[in-house]
Amino acid sequence: MLTCKEVSKLLSQSQDRRLNLVEWLGLRIHFFLCEGCRHFREHLAFIRRACQRYPE
Amino acid sequence: MLEEYRPYLLRYALLQLRDHALAEDAVQETLLAALESRAKFSGKSSAKTWLTGILKHKVLDIFRKQAKESKQVSLEAELESGTADFDSLFQPDGHWATWPQSWADPVKNLENRRFWEIFEICAKLMPVNIARVFMMREFLGLSAEEICKEMQITATNCWVMLYRARMSLRLCLEHNWFGGKFEES
Repeated sequence: MLTCKEVSKLLSQSQDRRLNLVEWLGLRIHFFLCEGCRHFREHLAFIRRACQRYPE
Repeated sequence: MLEEYRPYLLRYALLQLRDHALAEDAVQETLLAALESRAKFSGKSSAKTWLTGILKHKVLDIFRKQAKESKQVSLEAELESGTADFDSLFQPDGHWATWPQSWADPVKNLENRRFWEIFEICAKLMPVNIARVFMMREFLGLSAEEICKEMQITATNCWVMLYRARMSLRLCLEHNWFGGKFEES
């Protein structure tokens, strides 16, 4: 299983490239079990959104 | 009429370029270019969006110039140095050292002026090359492949730099905004 550290890297990369199926599944399984990484995923999504809205 | 957008454009340029003189120049050129091509402005988008679009091209030109001039050494040094992979955020076994918490109602923050002040401070804390790559990706809308070409870096290095940029921004926002050190007003 992926560690939280690996998940954080893959999540960042998922904003820059297409993940392969194994990576994608690894993330899904990890998110199912790990609330911290689910929050981290929200943080990254928020940061992207903030950049797009800057500066309001 | 275009002049009224100058402060907005300057703020935008300053976040990207971190240099007052460069930012002033980019904004000046943007306003001139806008005047010259006024006829092309269709009114489909807002004037603000139109001007920001022109400014983004100017900023990208400056980034290209800087990438050519700056020695690759500094870029490599930046990649190797510092908080490598943000190790301290994780335990040796790869679990979070500090569990990420939910950011309550984050979208609401985007309407808060104080939030953007903190956001700007945090963005300016990123190391210069990492910030440049991040700006290209998230503000100027380049793909990772395009950034690799512009900056002459490998895809892996590009991903590492974007990762560090996001981690650094996240951590700074967590500490200085969502962590509640600043009172919302």
